[in-house]
Order: sequence, then structure tokens, then C-alpha cells
Amino acid sequence: MRTEYDVIIIGGGATGAGTARDCAMRGLKTLLVERADIADGASGRNHGLLHSGARYAVNDRESAAECIGENLILRRIAAACVEETEGLFITLPEDDLEYQAKFVECCKAAGIKAEAIDPKLALKLEPEINPEIIGAVKVPDASVDPFRLVAANVLDAKLHGADILTGWEVVEFIKEMVTITGVRIRNVKTGETKAIRAHYTVNAAGIWGAHIAELAGVHIGMLPSKGALLVFGHRAAKMVINRCRKPANADILVPGDVVSVIGTTSDKVPFEECDDMKVTRREVEILLTEGCKLVPSLATTRIIRAYAGVRPLVADDSDPSGRNVSRGIVLLDHSKRDGIRGFISITGGKLTTYRLMAEMTTDLICKKLGLEKPCETAIKPLPGSEPEAANLPHKTWTVGQKAAFNRHGGCVTQMDFAQNNTEEICECEHVTRAEIAYAVHNLGVKTLDDLRRRTRVGMGTCQSSFCVLKAAKVLAEELGTPDAAQQLVRDFLRERWKGIKPVCWGDQMREAEHMRNLYKEAAK
Amino acid sequence: MQETNISAANLECCLKCNLCTEVCPMYAVNPQYPGPKQAGPDGERYRIKDPEFFDSALKYCLNCKRCEVVCPSGVRVADIIAVNRLKYGKPSHPVRDKMLASTDFVGSMTVPVAGLANPMLGLGITKSVMDGVLGISEKRTFPKYATKKFVTWFKHHAPDQTQYSKQVHYFHGCYVNYNYPQLGKDFVKLMNAVGYGVKLLEKEKCCGVALIANGFGDQAKKQAQVNLDSINKAGTEVLTTSSTCTFTMRDEYAHVLGLDNAKQRDKILLTTKWLFDKIEAGEIKLAFKPDFKLKAVYHTACHMQKMGWQQYSIQLLKLIPGLDLTVLDQHCCGISGTFGFKKENYEFSKEIGAILFDDIKAANPEAVITDCETCKWQIEAFTNIQTLNPISILAEAIDYEKTQQLNAN
Repeated sequence: MRTEYDVIIIGGGATGAGTARDCAMRGLKTLLVERADIADGASGRNHGLLHSGARYAVNDRESAAECIGENLILRRIAAACVEETEGLFITLPEDDLEYQAKFVECCKAAGIKAEAIDPKLALKLEPEINPEIIGAVKVPDASVDPFRLVAANVLDAKLHGADILTGWEVVEFIKEMVTITGVRIRNVKTGETKAIRAHYTVNAAGIWGAHIAELAGVHIGMLPSKGALLVFGHRAAKMVINRCRKPANADILVPGDVVSVIGTTSDKVPFEECDDMKVTRREVEILLTEGCKLVPSLATTRIIRAYAGVRPLVADDSDPSGRNVSRGIVLLDHSKRDGIRGFISITGGKLTTYRLMAEMTTDLICKKLGLEKPCETAIKPLPGSEPEAANLPHKTWTVGQKAAFNRHGGCVTQMDFAQNNTEEICECEHVTRAEIAYAVHNLGVKTLDDLRRRTRVGMGTCQSSFCVLKAAKVLAEELGTPDAAQQLVRDFLRERWKGIKPVCWGDQMREAEHMRNLYKEAAK
Repeated sequence: MQETNISAANLECCLKCNLCTEVCPMYAVNPQYPGPKQAGPDGERYRIKDPEFFDSALKYCLNCKRCEVVCPSGVRVADIIAVNRLKYGKPSHPVRDKMLASTDFVGSMTVPVAGLANPMLGLGITKSVMDGVLGISEKRTFPKYATKKFVTWFKHHAPDQTQYSKQVHYFHGCYVNYNYPQLGKDFVKLMNAVGYGVKLLEKEKCCGVALIANGFGDQAKKQAQVNLDSINKAGTEVLTTSSTCTFTMRDEYAHVLGLDNAKQRDKILLTTKWLFDKIEAGEIKLAFKPDFKLKAVYHTACHMQKMGWQQYSIQLLKLIPGLDLTVLDQHCCGISGTFGFKKENYEFSKEIGAILFDDIKAANPEAVITDCETCKWQIEAFTNIQTLNPISILAEAIDYEKTQQLNAN
């Protein structure tokens, strides 16, 4: 690995990964540094909603317009990660129907195709919604798998020559006078440190960006906002269901792959909590109570998990009190803002607009470097999302192959489905040995949790009770460290347990008891 | 607020323990079959997202329901599979499957020419044509067709039935009607002995089990509705002599075909259960011939086990003093109705039944007793030991006159 780059990007979320891809595609020597794993922060802890922008149309037209623009781009370039479910904004009897008219008008102004439809038609489109609705608007919302989206960006960045370092954290900035010329990074596991130099360093660390900025000697006022979500055992509805009112708690239900996700809550939390978010009983109650109003069958659908992410809200620079929050994308050129050269922060924004954020950041870097290379990320499909991939599925495929295609699109052709590899390691999610081997060797997997983010191993209703041992063995074998299997199991079960705990009653309690008894020793 | 976190969606009650996989007879012999958990609840989560995830290997499910018997969480594993097969499955051999499924039609056509059909069906040339053209295994011998349908026989005897003050209805099923009227005659004899007259339903159609298994859901529904309407009109309990017909009408109509049979379900009873309950209640008494002697084994058909009714048949048989009865461990015989007749399934069918065949041979009985006609075909084909319904055994073992006297009011 080299020690000098054009650009170092800090943070392996959607924005960082997208920026790495864009930089690499424009020919810059690029390094991405991530202290944990890709999509480990807010990028992997959200709804997985590809916003149409409708949610922002009334209050934030600019964000709404950005969303619909990116929504249409991602349907094309990230076809393998996006499912074109479409969405509904429904008005309940307790809601103000007048809001709907304003909402539709604002959507149209932002360029979003929003169409008020007869509630009866809405019930036909999505029979699971509350039958008492008094209004419905159809919008071009979609479902996006954030893990796959980030992994595909990282993969493409690598294919364009970028280096990716996960498990390394930035501990110090290397400065020459007022110019940042690189970073010192430390291996989280071994403690080893390295100095890496670059012309530009990009802070794309989400909520952790506040800390990174401090290290660089600048201040970004950030307000961590926790959002909790619940995962249901199977798809309770096939469309994205929103509540047509001023955005509030638990008013979006998204079909995320084979499950449904309801969210979110919104609570200010201290920075210290950002590394270890726990979902509270109060949050579960809010999510469930409000969620059942959207889709009544949620009351009788098994909840398998709860999780929370942190929105990186950025205080508006123009407000000295720091209370007002910036809307939309925040791109900070610290040489202009703080007199620190060679350092750029990209924050705010949304998962849906990650590509635009990356484009803006890369444009700025190119401008500074005097490089005239146009952005191609809106045109060139991500790996696996090539249009011809749509013709791949074949009747003779096993369910495991179909599931792998569902997750990796055209990249499925790189998996070796020879005889012994078709065995399903995770049966809930139909993850085969072939898919695991592919993920380990192409998508930078080190732990079972990394593997989960790339393949869905352990994400099903049994929450890894029955696959963790098999998966650990295969992973350890593929990594060439067969002795590590036991530790892999222990770490993974601990992580799974954390998400089960807040929803542990009824069927999920039976499942958890079952798991606990199976792994009493390992779980200690 | 959700009180229980228990899903109304039956598939989500699955804890993934794999007990079902453990007892699945098909999983044990066929590596292409993913097993009940995978084919059922696991696959279902994906099929809800996209029917493209339907796996054609679901055709291997025998619908034996052993998975449901062992499931500690009450998941209707085989029902999930059956429903999906009807929804998304395609017949692998449409002509053959339609023929095998249409028991009524084929039976009605064949009985009048049974004298000709039976020897023909047994001919090597016929078998090889059926094997090559229709995909029906040439190693199979079709059950013989009767020369006279049971209902034709019954019409001549029906007037006798009105002399009894108490009445039951009889759902004879296709096998009794077209292939083995003797069982129906045995039933009538037994009923008359215990003081009951027999009536047939106003209209009876094949229960539909073969249609369901071969993917003809719409036709199955039509026939089921005819039966439910007739049963509804029948003023008495409706007795059967086939465990599978009974099970299909009681459970599959609602769970697989989605029909409402709540009113009819409790009226549909296997004769052995009905008889046992009546004897227990002291309403019926049996007297047996002193010279009746038979060494037999009892095989619990899978659907008997699913209903949990095998004990009624077993306890009833144990009343026969001259019967030396051994109850075998429950194993699937492997035929699963029409499944075992299909060329591509012959080897699986044979391999699945191997444990049972060995057990039977080891016991060396004079007869095998079972409540299922298709188990009978399979057991006779692979052991050459005559296999009979408990009703036939009882009809043979009772002292008719004494029993009639005991039950005369």
C-alpha cells in the first residue's frame, strides 16, 4: 500500500464510499479510512428509504428537489440495490386532510410526481394499509439497501484503484503550518500506527465528523439526533407507507428486502452515546403504536429486532446560538471557513443524496487541484447494477442463487456455485457458501458482522441462532484463520443479542430463549 | 400496542429448530429437496417479497404432514408448501398429472370396461407405453378396477337400509367406488350389525386430494364445495373408511383450499373413531367369532398420525380376541397417493418406504392393517403381504348375528 495519495477520505459510510468512488473514477489516487466497517454508522442504521423527496416537499423544497433528482439517478445506476416499490402518503381520520392539498402542490413544485388517489384505489394498491384512510397520495418512493449501496460504491472505488482501509482510525492530522498534509492512523485491533499523506483530506465521518474536525483544529457544531427503528419478520406491506402530515415519529414503513422497517423516533442524545445506541422501551412503544396506525397488521407481526442510528444534524453557521439546524447538504471548505487548507468536510444530507454529496465534494477537490474531469457517477452503473444483469436469472437457479442475485445483482456471476458451494449456510436468508466466499474475497469481510452487512447472514427471524456456527467456520476458513471461529461467534452473538433485547417478548422471547440455551457458553 | 409479539402469520412462529427437517421422509432420501423448513416458512418469507423465489423442488413434498406433527410451534409447514404449489407450481407432466388427479373421471370410464382394462393395465407393453409416453413408472401395477361400482351395488341394497331406525351417511371415496367395493360392503355389513342403516350423500365427488397434490386447485375447490354442500344436507354424521379422504375434507379444505368447512368438519369422521367412541359410550357392543384367528401388524398412515386418530383404530382392533396385533413404529410408506406412480419418483418412493417394508417383513404377519388405501398399494407392492382396512378386519371378525342382537333396541 502507498503512503501518499491525492485524497484521503475519512468515513466508510455512503458519503465516504461515494466520494471515494467519484475521486477514483476521476483518476485521483484515493484512500478511504474507516475505523469500524463500511456502512457501520448511520448509513447502515436507517430505513433504507430512497426518498422521492416528498417528505421534505413542504418544509424544505431544496432537499426535496435534490432527493427526486438522486432518486431517479439511483434507480438507474444502483438498480441492484434499489427496489422500485413506490410509496404512499396516507391521511388518517385524525389527520388534517387540508395538508394533503398543500403537500401535493409542494411536491409538484419540487418536481416530484405526486398524485392524489382515491383511498379505495390506494387500498387496492396496498391492501395492508389502514382501511380507514381518508386520503392517499402516490409518490415515487423506493426501497434501497444501504449495505449493498455502500458496498457497491466501495467495490467500484477499489476497481478504479482506490485503497480501502477498514479497522483503522484517524488519531491525528499531520499539519504543515495551516495546511493539512495527511493523517496518522491507528489499527484499532493491533494498535499499529501509520502516517499517510495526501493533498486533500475529506471528513465524511457523519456524526463522528465533529470529533474529526476537532482533531483538525476546526469546529463544526453538530447535534446528534437518535432515530430508533423496528424490524418485522417479513414484509408487512409491499409499498413504502408514509403519513401525510408534518414529519413526526414513526410515520414511515419501508419494505427492506424481505422484512419491513418502521421508524423513526427523533431524540437529541449526547455524543458519548453515539457509539453504543440502545433502543428503549418507550421508543419501541412509540414505533409500534404509530406503526399500527399505518398498517394495522403490524400489531400481529413478529418484531425481530430494534436498532438506532444517529443523524448528523449540523448547526447552521449563520446562527450564533447553534440551535438552528442546517437543512440539506453541508459542504465545508475549511480553507475558506477556518483558514485550514487541505481539509474539507461533507455532512448533513441524506442517504438518498449521498451521490450528489460525493459529486459536490469531488468537484471541489478537482477544482482545487486544477483537474478538469467531469463526474460520471450519475451515468455509470455500480458493479452488479449493469442493465444486462436484469436478464441473468434463470429458471434452474436454486433459491440460494436467486437470493444472491437479489443481493448482488450481476456480481452473482462471479460466485462459484459449484457443487459443494450451494449449501445454504444461513437458511433464513438463503445465504450459500458461494456467496460468503465471494463476499470475503471481494467485499472486505473480516467479522461475521461485516459478513452480515454484505450478505444478510444472521439477519433472519432466528437472528443467527442456527447459522452462526456454520457461518463462523466458513468465514474463518475463507479468511485462512480457522482458530478465530470461536471469537467470531462470541462477538456476533453479542451484537445480535443487543438488537433482540428491546423486543424480547412473545415469539421473539421463545426464539431468544432457544438461542440462549444453544449458546450459553459462547454468549458469556 | 402489541401485547404478545406473536405473529398472526403462522410462518413466523417458526423458531428454525429443524425438527421438521429431521422427520421429513423426502429430505432423508432426496438431496434436491430443501426440507420442510426451507420449503415452508423460510421460503415463504422470500416468496412474499417476490414469487420468483418459488422453488420447483417443492414438488417433492409428500404432504405427509409429519413436519406439522412434530413442530413445537404449531407451524403448518406442509400447508404453506401445499398452498404455494397450488399458487405457483406447474405440473411437470400435464397430461399424466391430470389423468392421475382425475380419479372420478378415470374411474367412471374404466369400470364399465374393467374386464378389458385390468389385464391390459397389467401387460408389459401397456406399462412400457405408460412409462414412456405418460411418465407413469412401469414398475408400478395400477390398482385393479372393479367390474361394478360400489354405488351400483349399493343401489340394489339401499332399500334394506331403511329398516334401521338409526342412520349414518357414508363417504365411500374413489377407491371403494371404482377399485375395491368390498371395503364398502364390509362397512355396510358392520354398520348393519351394530344397528345402523347406511345412506350415501346426495352427491359425492372425489375428496380432491389428488387434485391438490397435482396442482389443480380450482377443480379441487369445485369438488370440495359439492362435498361440503352434500355433507351439510346430510342429517347424520358422515363416516369414511379412508384416512386421507377424511383428513382432506376436515383439514385441507380449510387450510389449503381456503374453504369454510367449520360447519361440516366435526361431522366428518373415520369409521373407527366413530365406532370406538360409541363403544366407549356404551351405545354399541361387538361380539366376535370364536374361531377368528389372524396375525397382523398395524401401520399408521401419515395422515392418521396427523389427525392423531391411529389409537382409535388400534384400540378397536385390540378388542378382537383372535387378532395377534403388532403396532409398527410410524414410518412413511413413501407412496403419497399419486406421487409414487410417477416415473421420476419411483426410486424415492421405494427408498422412503424401505424402513417400513423391512419392519413388516421382520414381523412376518399374515396381513397388514392400515386406514389408508394408497399405503395399501405400496405395502402390497413391496412386501407381497395382503393389506386390509380395519373395517374389513372387523367385518370379518364379528359374529354378525350376535352383534345384531346385542345392538337391537
